[in-house]
Amino acid sequence: MGTVEYIQHHLTNNSVGSGFWTFHLDTIIVSALLGMLIIGVAMVVGRQLETGVPGGFQNFIESILDFVSTNVRDAFPGHNPIIAPLALTVFLWIWLMNFMDLIPVDLLPYLFQLAVGDSHAYLKVVPTTDLNTTLAMALVVFALVIYYSIKTKGFGGYLKMFLFHPFGKFFVPVNIVMTFIEEVAKPISLALRLFGNMFAGELVFLLIALIGGTLAVGAAALFWAPLQAILDLGWAIFHILIITLQAFIFMVLTIVYLAMAHDEGH
Amino acid sequence: MSINATLIIQMIAFVLLIWFVNKVLWGPMSKLMEDRQKRIADGLSAAEKGKHELELAEKRAKDVLKDAKLQAQNVLSQAEKRGTEIVEDAKVKAAEEAERIKAAAQADIEQEISRAREHLRKEVATLVVSGAEKILSKEVDAKAHNEMLETLVKQI
Repeated sequence: MGTVEYIQHHLTNNSVGSGFWTFHLDTIIVSALLGMLIIGVAMVVGRQLETGVPGGFQNFIESILDFVSTNVRDAFPGHNPIIAPLALTVFLWIWLMNFMDLIPVDLLPYLFQLAVGDSHAYLKVVPTTDLNTTLAMALVVFALVIYYSIKTKGFGGYLKMFLFHPFGKFFVPVNIVMTFIEEVAKPISLALRLFGNMFAGELVFLLIALIGGTLAVGAAALFWAPLQAILDLGWAIFHILIITLQAFIFMVLTIVYLAMAHDEGH
Repeated sequence: MSINATLIIQMIAFVLLIWFVNKVLWGPMSKLMEDRQKRIADGLSAAEKGKHELELAEKRAKDVLKDAKLQAQNVLSQAEKRGTEIVEDAKVKAAEEAERIKAAAQADIEQEISRAREHLRKEVATLVVSGAEKILSKEVDAKAHNEMLETLVKQI
């Protein structure tokens, strides 16, 4: 198998349907499983909540909650009960989906191929390297932004923002274009930033994996295999930072966009 | 890498996950943490109150002690005064009693003296008469000279 084929194979989703009605089964199932993991853990911990002195795992979860609610309090001035659970969901889910990146690139596809019995079966395990996932989250956030903008400013106020926002009333056509771009840029940048980071990270993992796969033949393996291991380790350690950072950025920007939506000044 | 219907599924999944996270994770957890915060705050304020109350009680105890001391002093001095009074009283009474006993003894003595004097007078009279009888022998009639003898007895 050539290097190009190897990379393409890894970057192809296991999908059913055709055209627009294509479903990326791997993305959907992996992200759903991770979502269920969050809920399952929450339920197990929730059954034995301790009001007094919390135990180890509850402590860990409480510290995450504390971290999220501190960020919400810092960036979100008003009171809206949906913001904190939304931010928590964004952070936990994105972090777990990103974490799939740290599992050795060939492990899950290989096991999957063994299980299915088809050595060419596709499996792309990181849901955030699928633009559909990141854009879906960004669009939900965008929908909430529009909803709360209209709720705070009224429908007229929301339209006025488009008409008069950056340059006043003498530049209405320019204003419409500018504000439109500004608003649409929010979900697009959210989606593309996360997607781009994860996709690039995955690609680097694939390239590192190729060192061992293509060059380590015969005696040369003594040199290339350790190099691959060291590079993999280095990138994985660096990637722990990236996956956390990306989850954090997505969460903070979600809070900030929603805070802007609640701002009546515009 | 193309956008397709997976997007719709992921949006639904995301919304559902937000709902679930709110229901099973954020809701109960944040309530619990708020409860704990409230309990800690309550405990701290209770401790503060207890400390304040202790201070008050200490002050009250000191006051009571001071009062008790004062009272004890009062009682003591009163008792002392009363004691001296009793002693004085007893002295006066004893003196009076002594006086009375002395007077009674005096009266007794007086009476005894007068009785002895009477007795003596009578004895002397009898002696005189018998002496006179001896001197005069039978010349003096006791009956005839009784009157004279009576006056004689009275003169002695």
